[in-house]
Amino acid sequence: MDFFDIVVSILGSTIRLSIPLIFTALAGLFSERSGIFDIGLEGKMLAAAFAAASAAYVTGSPWIGLASGVGVSIGFSLIHGFASITNRGNQIVSGVAINFVAAGLTVVLGQAWFSQGGRTPQLPAEGRFGPIKLPGADAVRDVPFIGPLYANVISGNNILTYLAFVAVPLSWWVLYRTRFGLRLRAVGENPGAVDTAGISVTWLRYRAVIVAGLLCGFAGTYLAIAQSAAFIKDMSAGKGFIALAALIFAKWKPVPVMFACLLFGFLDALANFMQGKQVPLIGEVPVQIFQSLPYILTCILLAGFIGAANPPKAGGVPYTKER
Amino acid sequence: MSTASFPLPRWIDYAVLPLLNLMLAFLVSGLVVWIIGENPIEALKLMLNGALGRGEGIGFTLFYATNFIFTGLSVAVAYHAGLFNIGSEGQAYLGGLGAALVALALDHYVPWYVTMPFAILGAAAFGGLWALIPAWLQAKRGSHIVITTIMFNFIGAALMVYLLVNVMIVPGKMAPESRTFLEGGQLPKLDWLMAMFGLKLGPAPFNVSFLIALVMCFLVWVLIWRTKLGFEMRTLGLSRSAAAYAGIPYTKIVIITMLISGGLAGMMALNPVLGASARLQVEFVGGAGFVGIAVSLMGRNHPIGIIIAAILFGVLYQGGAELSFDMPNITREMIVVIQGLVVLFAGALEYMFRPALVRVYQQFTKG
Repeated sequence: MDFFDIVVSILGSTIRLSIPLIFTALAGLFSERSGIFDIGLEGKMLAAAFAAASAAYVTGSPWIGLASGVGVSIGFSLIHGFASITNRGNQIVSGVAINFVAAGLTVVLGQAWFSQGGRTPQLPAEGRFGPIKLPGADAVRDVPFIGPLYANVISGNNILTYLAFVAVPLSWWVLYRTRFGLRLRAVGENPGAVDTAGISVTWLRYRAVIVAGLLCGFAGTYLAIAQSAAFIKDMSAGKGFIALAALIFAKWKPVPVMFACLLFGFLDALANFMQGKQVPLIGEVPVQIFQSLPYILTCILLAGFIGAANPPKAGGVPYTKER
Repeated sequence: MSTASFPLPRWIDYAVLPLLNLMLAFLVSGLVVWIIGENPIEALKLMLNGALGRGEGIGFTLFYATNFIFTGLSVAVAYHAGLFNIGSEGQAYLGGLGAALVALALDHYVPWYVTMPFAILGAAAFGGLWALIPAWLQAKRGSHIVITTIMFNFIGAALMVYLLVNVMIVPGKMAPESRTFLEGGQLPKLDWLMAMFGLKLGPAPFNVSFLIALVMCFLVWVLIWRTKLGFEMRTLGLSRSAAAYAGIPYTKIVIITMLISGGLAGMMALNPVLGASARLQVEFVGGAGFVGIAVSLMGRNHPIGIIIAAILFGVLYQGGAELSFDMPNITREMIVVIQGLVVLFAGALEYMFRPALVRVYQQFTKG
């Protein structure tokens, strides 16, 4: 394989590995900008993956799979909302609980329903979101440089991949160009002011966590029935936390979130590619370095060496109306 | 006066409320069992019998409880100073490295009771050091300790896998684990303690770490409620600005608190590494750090409460393992579900019933 082919193949897998991160980090963005910390992203993604794979297997339709994934994920979001908005409970604890319940319930139900050790049965091609060939992909394949890039990186992905890249500008537009977005950002900084203006803090935050559930649902569905063809026990494998790191790395802004996710996806792709390969002068680079780089980079950023990362001011603090 | 801030007598806040939450968590767990087509009452019986029925079951229950006492104390100490240490998991993992290095260095030369104090120090030092950077970032740079400790869990896991796969592995072996410690690097079992109650320990790995955990409970109680440092920590936990006015140095207290918290988490490793498997293995912590959050919450951050909550979770772990033997339709992950529901209802939704209880209480006191 020559160098250019390697680049194309790594870029292709970078895109594939970044998609769940982008959806999940955007989910975290909506939740945290409204002042609700969400470390249950991982659990919601996992639960959605299981629901999507099960529903797609039973009905044979990926769209019903997507709807179930999103539905279950929103359900978990509402539990998080009920605990942290209505009951003013600890948001971190609630997130931990959601991660536990999702990790356990997916395996318990999976084993009870399908008896395959927590897996769901393999889906046929019609039950998944398959690759979409963009127009002209075959025609330009032989054009040097641009051809393979277009045919193998840009074309040939599934619908959810393209949706993820639509979701980024859409999130930006919602957050910065709509009334809902303005209020959402305000409620994450100063809920008292929003309340004084006569807007319900509770309802606003509930809408934010519902959007977060929706986006996590897309992420989980992508994992189970677009990237793979079944649910596998613990298949989110920490992606929810990498997305959280990306969200912080991007300083809670939508477009930087996309770039942070692409960077972390690239690291993941590079780790897969480098496995067992020798680097001149260094030898084999341990795969664990790539695995921990997203977290190390985020900590360096948090230490203030790459500009300051200021979280939404009211994040994590339950709002109590003055009496 | 609103129901949210109405003061209830302590026995309601500390006993009735947690019990109600627990019952709800078990009710929902029973619902899950029922949904997958098994009898919840039967399952509960099997669990309790597996966890408390025989000496061996009790031994396993207390073995798991030992882990949770350490991690529960770790979370509680940080909580008293207003810090949320979600990194006990990673600190315990690194603590295992400290304990294992001591055992590997000393087990050829000295008996276990000489190794033990050094192993305690090693485990606490490595666990504490793993909490130091997040503590420093919180104190000096204002980065949220929840975020940094999560990140450090993952960095720690990657580091430990690297060390076990590439450095500490026994040459020629496939399993990523250190060599087995000789007797000088193992903590002895507490079969004599069980025998005092007429119980047979059998193969259960219940060991001296349990006694170390109890000593730590006492020391934490002394630290939090009987020392100047503990007073300063609690002041900081109640109000950062009040602490500043009282001249309590923020940076110093945050860093010391996290060193203690990480040290307690690190000591958890003594139990599985030196007490049970006698070697350092991948993922030996197995979520005990996160269970510590639930234990600390349910135990109201008090050592006595933590012991009770830790034993409860020990029953869950051991009972759940037995349950998955007897009811093959229920997998071991059922424990994780119950655990999650307990954290949800006893932790995040802990005040759900409070307004109702206040109303009931007001009715009674009026009449």
